[in-house]
Amino acid sequence: MAELLRQAWTIARKDLLLEFRSRTAIMSAAVFTALVLVVFNFGRDPTAVPTLTIAPSILWVTFTFAGMVALNRAFELELENLALDGLLLSPISRHSLYLGKLAANLVFVAAVETIGLFLFAVLFDVPIWHVLGALVGVIALATLGFIAVGTLFSAMVLRTRFAELMLPVLLLPFLMLPLRWAVQATSALLAARPLSEMMGSLKLLAAYDIVFVTLATLLFPSIVEE
Amino acid sequence: MLSAEGLAHSFGSPPVHALDGISFRLDVGHTLAVFGPNGAGKTTLLKVLAGLIRPQSGRAQVEGGRRAIGWIGHHSHLYSHLTVRENLLFWATLYSVPTPERGPRADDLMRRLGLSDRAAQPVADLSRGLVQRVAIARALVHEPQVLLLDEPFAGLDLAAAGEFRRLLAELTHGRRAVVLATHNVEEGVELATEIAFLHRGRFVEVAPRGTRGPAQIADAYRRAVAGG
Repeated sequence: MAELLRQAWTIARKDLLLEFRSRTAIMSAAVFTALVLVVFNFGRDPTAVPTLTIAPSILWVTFTFAGMVALNRAFELELENLALDGLLLSPISRHSLYLGKLAANLVFVAAVETIGLFLFAVLFDVPIWHVLGALVGVIALATLGFIAVGTLFSAMVLRTRFAELMLPVLLLPFLMLPLRWAVQATSALLAARPLSEMMGSLKLLAAYDIVFVTLATLLFPSIVEE
Repeated sequence: MLSAEGLAHSFGSPPVHALDGISFRLDVGHTLAVFGPNGAGKTTLLKVLAGLIRPQSGRAQVEGGRRAIGWIGHHSHLYSHLTVRENLLFWATLYSVPTPERGPRADDLMRRLGLSDRAAQPVADLSRGLVQRVAIARALVHEPQVLLLDEPFAGLDLAAAGEFRRLLAELTHGRRAVVLATHNVEEGVELATEIAFLHRGRFVEVAPRGTRGPAQIADAYRRAVAGG
């Protein structure tokens, strides 16, 4: 187990260092997030629908599409000089490779979500600061499952044509339920509803995380070796 | 050290036989040069030996498994935005080279390959010839017993290919089992102790190189491929 995690950390650290050096994907994702939020801000009529009613959906749609940018780049960087073949030739466990990619993607998406959350609060004038800790918890819970499935699919579509198009086509159907639960929990949180009202959604998100992190870890070796 | 028994593998439908009953054995200190035209099955053979492709029948075995294999191909497997030293340390870590040995090994390889003054330079800034030197260092950083070379001279000019051959010979001679796959007889023959001609997935000739020169081997290759 220690070896598995050590190897995963080696992969994650390398991915994050590469991202830190190039900063291409994080900049693209951050600009994309800002643009989506600005477009939504201009495209809504606050007198027709109260902000608090629509804001959680906007937040999660934004996070979902920004996450796609991160997921697309996760394995793409392994295609340069066919580094992926080097990884597969090495004795590193495929489970470690998956967990390392997952960890790097989570850090990357967390950075983008931090920027997005701040812009969301400012642009939509949503009072998030009094529930910030709980909101970060909900975001983390929903993001883990989303990125777990997305990391698996980004490896699956890597060598296909139009990989960037294939990823959302495959991934979005798997995200409908967790997105719904995430929006429900976020709405309840922002409306200062009691914890019991969001408990159901949180439990479902946690179950989704456990099931899909486990499944994706187990399935990854057969997918990456195809 | 390295053995293959009845390896067979095909692709597509109708099936194209990339490998069709390949058997051989190779010990440390020997270099088998596998010559064959494009599509003969050279890369498939190396990938099967490396465990990247599972053969449909037959068995390939490398003593020590993946940890014992080094690979050099026309792709460097390097990360362009990492420096030369960072790349070597990363691969050394993946191959579980003990932490205190990683730095000294990387430094030693860089020194022997003339890369010491490039250690802090990103791979993206290096010429193709220098990248290929880093690829050698990457493949040797875990001190593999078996080295698999897939068209390693591709993209190198004559001078760089010559230099590359010299470095490979210096770093592998007598210490490893090497399988070199190339379509270019002249480029590969100098390193070889054994020679095989691969055509349509089959070895049409396997023999020690002996005293034959590049021209004689190139002739034998042309005859074997034409007759295969």
